Amino acid sequence: MELLLDSLFNGVAIGSVLLVAALGLAIVFGLMGVINLAHGELMMLGAYTTYVTQLIFKLPVLKPFYNSYIIVSIFLAFIVSGVVGILLEKTIIRKLYGSPLETLLATWGVSLILQQFVRSVPLAYGSGLVISLIIGLFLPTSFPSKIKESINFKYIKFSSWIFAALTGVLTGSIISSSVSKLSRASARNVDVTAPSWMRGQVEIIGTAFPKTRLMIIVITLISVIAITLFLNQSAWGMRIRAVTQNRKMSDCLGISTEKVDIITFGIGSGLAGVAGVAVSLLGSVGPNVGGNYIVGCFMVVVLGGVGNLLGTVLASFGIGIMTDLIGAGRLLSIWPDMPLPLSNTINFFATTSMARVMIFALIVIFLQFKPTGLFPQKGRMVEN
Amino acid sequence: MRISRRILAGLATASLAVTATSCGGGGTSGSFDDTVTVGILHSLSGTMAISESTLVDTEKMAIEEINAAGGVKVGGKSYKIEYIVEDGASDWPTFAEKSKKLIDQDGVPVVFGGWTSASRKAMLPVYESKDAFLYYPIQYEAQECSNNIFYTGATPNQQSEPATDFMYKRSPAAGGDFFLVGSDYVFPRTSNTITKAQVKQLGGKVVGEDYLPLGNTEVAPIISKIKKALPDGGIIINTLNGDQNVAFFKQIQDAGITPSSGYYVMNYSIAEEEISTIGPEFLEGHYGAWNYMMSIDTPASKKFAKSFKKRWGADRVVADPQESAYNMVYLWKQAVEDAGTFDDNAVREALVGQKFDAPQGPVEVMPNHHLSQTVRIGQINAEGGFTILEETGVVLPQAWNQKHPSSKGFACDWTDPSKGEKYKL
Repeated sequence: MELLLDSLFNGVAIGSVLLVAALGLAIVFGLMGVINLAHGELMMLGAYTTYVTQLIFKLPVLKPFYNSYIIVSIFLAFIVSGVVGILLEKTIIRKLYGSPLETLLATWGVSLILQQFVRSVPLAYGSGLVISLIIGLFLPTSFPSKIKESINFKYIKFSSWIFAALTGVLTGSIISSSVSKLSRASARNVDVTAPSWMRGQVEIIGTAFPKTRLMIIVITLISVIAITLFLNQSAWGMRIRAVTQNRKMSDCLGISTEKVDIITFGIGSGLAGVAGVAVSLLGSVGPNVGGNYIVGCFMVVVLGGVGNLLGTVLASFGIGIMTDLIGAGRLLSIWPDMPLPLSNTINFFATTSMARVMIFALIVIFLQFKPTGLFPQKGRMVEN
Repeated sequence: MRISRRILAGLATASLAVTATSCGGGGTSGSFDDTVTVGILHSLSGTMAISESTLVDTEKMAIEEINAAGGVKVGGKSYKIEYIVEDGASDWPTFAEKSKKLIDQDGVPVVFGGWTSASRKAMLPVYESKDAFLYYPIQYEAQECSNNIFYTGATPNQQSEPATDFMYKRSPAAGGDFFLVGSDYVFPRTSNTITKAQVKQLGGKVVGEDYLPLGNTEVAPIISKIKKALPDGGIIINTLNGDQNVAFFKQIQDAGITPSSGYYVMNYSIAEEEISTIGPEFLEGHYGAWNYMMSIDTPASKKFAKSFKKRWGADRVVADPQESAYNMVYLWKQAVEDAGTFDDNAVREALVGQKFDAPQGPVEVMPNHHLSQTVRIGQINAEGGFTILEETGVVLPQAWNQKHPSSKGFACDWTDPSKGEKYKL
């Protein structure tokens, strides 16, 4: 029983890291069909946001609230990655809809730029830049419509961007002067330390579980529930689904497909940021952190069936449980006296590297029989 | 003749070198008769840049020190050392390519370079075919002995063997079972083969072994294996590389695998630099084995740390690889002065037997192109340094490990032409 519980927990823990990382991609790639190779780097931005938030919360003013920095950073990471994603959509991806190969190359280029950006720009000024992006993108739309009508919109936009740039420079310099660690550019990996209430273990039904893993499972659950509710219950969610199913018809019926694209991409990117917070709790934060996850993310989305959230959820937990079963050699402890050739085979694959080989092989075999994944997309879109 | 060609080449690249050495030289720069340009080849970009750039800093410092003390004196003339820094970009073929460039185009008499075994393996054929000389400063898996490489890092018998011995006999987990964890590449696998043979000799038991593919940070399956294999604590030998250590230590601590519950990790790739990256709070109480540790309380060690901090910033630390890099520059200088020429073959002959009073204590170049050095076992403390627990005497290097089944009974000796790379003892 304990063994089963332990195995199940481990599988869910590994799976939830995969799921939270792949969730944003499931939306961007699944619903919009954009092959976004910069997804990993959007995660990396989320991880760096956690790091910056952590350092800012160490300042004397915010010190009393230090223990809650991780909660704050989840929201901040969503906003930061989301805004960078929106900028990416507005400037690059919008021009490349319908040409997957070009999108692939362009987003790969973006991923390299983002990696180099965090290496060579001091994080304080990076944060300043992100803040000015947020203000610049959202300030013009927040003016009351009366003002918008009376003044040429161009002027509103222009003055907002000037205001945004000034605020960005100002916050950049404030952060840089108050947190010395952020004032210098560095290619070194940095470290996010979980607050004390999140370290150590909790005991549930006689088995000890690491708290950080539980936290990641909670983050994943909340993200999945929130995104499902948003897609199925809200008006924008309905529009997104409508555009996914039939873009032309939705356009004719008065849905602004341009806005839908921005929102979908923004949410997908924002979820990548949340994933970044989760992975920063497990390892170190560095320019390459996203690259380690990108292949796994695509694997999960393809296996689950492109465009299906339930498929993504099942695929990640499936892979997680399989990784644990094979990699930790669980079958041997469940069935200790199996025939020798079989137990030797299992032992051979019971290392982390071989388990990975085995899982990829199984996925390749699975996709031979079901090329469209666990839950293939049905309906009009397939015919296009 | 050969030297003058090199000096011409040196002059030709002087414009390049001037920018790099603008801060070198010091007060005596006017009194040199000539210059000699050496090559420095480490990764300044990519994954390895974090580690390898510290070596470049140390080598520059050693060169500046030598220049400030009057440079290299050869045949009654004093030479100022200049250097060309090339970027290996964490890409192994690039290391080979840049080596060719340094040897052919710049005509440098020596190259100081490399960190990963993969980069060394990529460079080795270049130096052998051109009969040039590479100085390699990192502790490594040995099982190699080239006439064209000088290895100043520890061989396994100068690091892992004393460490395993300590863990099994004298650590708080003495007599316990072993679990081996490493990144999936040549150093951890070779090192663990040796450890397994040694543990067997000692009468201990290795209950598990796992390798994490490079770049992978999911250690949950390894943790469940450790818990299964060592339910009541034991000895973990860790040869993980770089960032993977961060993931490993964060997650094992959360899973309750800590010194207070009887698990002790011995690390072969974690030095002061890595401790500050990972965070001492995750590492406190675990162990490390090195030739040099910053906490060595001798004037030479303190001077080394002090001048490095003075040159590169008070928050910087020195660690074993840097000490190794520092030693090799000085040993090269001594060998050149003894040989009275920059010619590779003469310098190579003069190199064997060179003694140097290194920050770690006295070291000596052995006929197998490795160094005899002291081994230290330290426990990581809350301040991010090592508390030195044990110190061996001077340990002779074994290029061919005597516990590894494939190399038992072999040795290397480049001073005797009949013995060479690998001969039977």
